[in-house]
Amino acid sequence: MLTKRVIPCMDVKDGRVVKGVNFVNLRDAGDPIELARRYDEEGADEVIFLDITATSDDRATTVDLASRASEQLHLPYMVGGGFRSIDDVRTMIAAGADKVSINSAAVKDPRVVTLAAEAFGTQAIIVAIDAKRRADNPNKWEVYVAGGRTATGLDAVEWAKEVARRGAGEIMLTSMDRDGSREGFDCALTRAVARAVEIPVIASGGVGKLEHFAEGILEGEADAVLAASVFHFGELTVRQVKQDMRKHGIPVRL
Amino acid sequence: MKTVIIDYHKGNIRSVERGLAAHGADVVVSDDVRRIADAGALVLPGVGAFADAMGTLNELGISSVVKERIAAGVPFLGICLGLHLLFEGGSEHVAGGDPTPGLGILPGVVNALPKLDAGGQTYKIPHVGWNSVSQVSSSPLFAGIAPDEHFYFTHSYCAPASAYTIAETEHSVTFPSAVQCENVFGVQFHPEKSSSAGARLLKNFSELAESR
Repeated sequence: MLTKRVIPCMDVKDGRVVKGVNFVNLRDAGDPIELARRYDEEGADEVIFLDITATSDDRATTVDLASRASEQLHLPYMVGGGFRSIDDVRTMIAAGADKVSINSAAVKDPRVVTLAAEAFGTQAIIVAIDAKRRADNPNKWEVYVAGGRTATGLDAVEWAKEVARRGAGEIMLTSMDRDGSREGFDCALTRAVARAVEIPVIASGGVGKLEHFAEGILEGEADAVLAASVFHFGELTVRQVKQDMRKHGIPVRL
Repeated sequence: MKTVIIDYHKGNIRSVERGLAAHGADVVVSDDVRRIADAGALVLPGVGAFADAMGTLNELGISSVVKERIAAGVPFLGICLGLHLLFEGGSEHVAGGDPTPGLGILPGVVNALPKLDAGGQTYKIPHVGWNSVSQVSSSPLFAGIAPDEHFYFTHSYCAPASAYTIAETEHSVTFPSAVQCENVFGVQFHPEKSSSAGARLLKNFSELAESR
C-alpha cells in the first residue's frame, strides 16, 4: 500500500537554511544538505528546498545546491521558489532536482505548467498554491502569489483543478491563515482541494504539535504532510511523527 | 570492469551514477555506442515518455547494441522507464493506435495504471511516493533486503505481468515492481532515491555484475 509521506521543508537563502535550525548533532546546521541527510536518517520521505530570495544573483547558488543534493542525497527532493520561465525549470532539472514547484509563474501564464509537464514529465512538476480563506465566504479560498503578497482573485479549488488538467503531478497547498500559527493544517481547505483533483496533495502550513500530522491525512485527506520549524528546532523528529501516524492507522514507511 | 549508464539525454542520471559509484563500481555515463558495446554491465535509467525515449535510443543506434549485449549475457538494470523499455511495446500517448515498439526483451505491453481498482475505488495517478515491494521469487537483486521493503516510486505507467516478475506492488492494481530474466533486471521504483534500501539494491547489482 502506498504510504503517506512526511516532508520536511527548508527555507533557503544564499545557500543557507534560514528560519533557525536548532540541532545539536549537526556539524553545520545551516547547510541544507547536512540537514537533509539528518532527515533522511530519521525517515523523511522526501525534502523540499524553498528558495526564499530567488533574485537572479542567488539563483546560481540554488542551482548549485540542487546539483550538490543530487550527488549527496539518497531521497527525492523538490526545489521551489523563483521559477520565472520554462528555462528556469530546465536549469534546475538539469542540475538534478527531482521535482520543482511553480507558483507565481503558473498564475501569470498557466501554459508554463503544460509546457513544463510535457518537457519534463508530470512527476517533476508540482504547483504550489498559497491560499487564504475569503472574508466574505468561509468555504472559499483565494489564491495569492508573490510570497502571499498579491491576491489573484482565483479560487483555490478551481485553480487546483486547472493545474491538474494542465499536467501538474502534485499540488503543494499552503494555508496562509494557518502558516506559522501552530494551530494545525486548514483541513477544510486541504480536503476541498484533495477531493477536487486526482493528483496527490501535499498539505502545508500550521503544524505545531504531533497530532496535527495525522489530522492532515485523516481530516484533510492529504497524501503528504509538510512541516518546517517543528523539525528544524528538534521539537519533533520525523520518526516520532510517523509513529504517531501509524498509531492512527495511517500507512507510513518506518 | 566498467558499468555504463546509458545516457539518452532525458533527465538526470547523476544520482544513479553516484548510487552505483558509492560501492566502488567503475561507472561512466555515456551515449557512445562503442562504450556501451564494451561495457561489463549496463544501466538504463530514465523518466519521461516511452515513445520519445525509444526514438532517441534508435536514433543514437543504442537499441541494437543493447539488445546484442543483453543476448551476450551482459548484466543489465533498467530503472523506471528503463524497465518499461525492456518490453515489447508501450501504449503511452498512442490513443487507440498500435503501441510503440520497445526493446522486446520481455513479453507484453506497458500500459497506464488504472485510476480505479476492481472495487471502483479511486487512486491518485501518478503513483508517487513510497510503497512496499513484495518479493514473489528469490533474486540476488534483493539480497539482504526485507521481503516487503518500501521503495520510492513515481510513474503513471506499469509493466505487464509475466513469468519474469520477481516483486510486486499494489496501487490500483497489483503490478510488477521488479523483474528478472537471467542477466536482465528491471525495477519500477527508483533505487537511487530509496534511501538505504535502494543503496543496498544498487550494491547488489554491482556485486552480481562484478562476480560474473
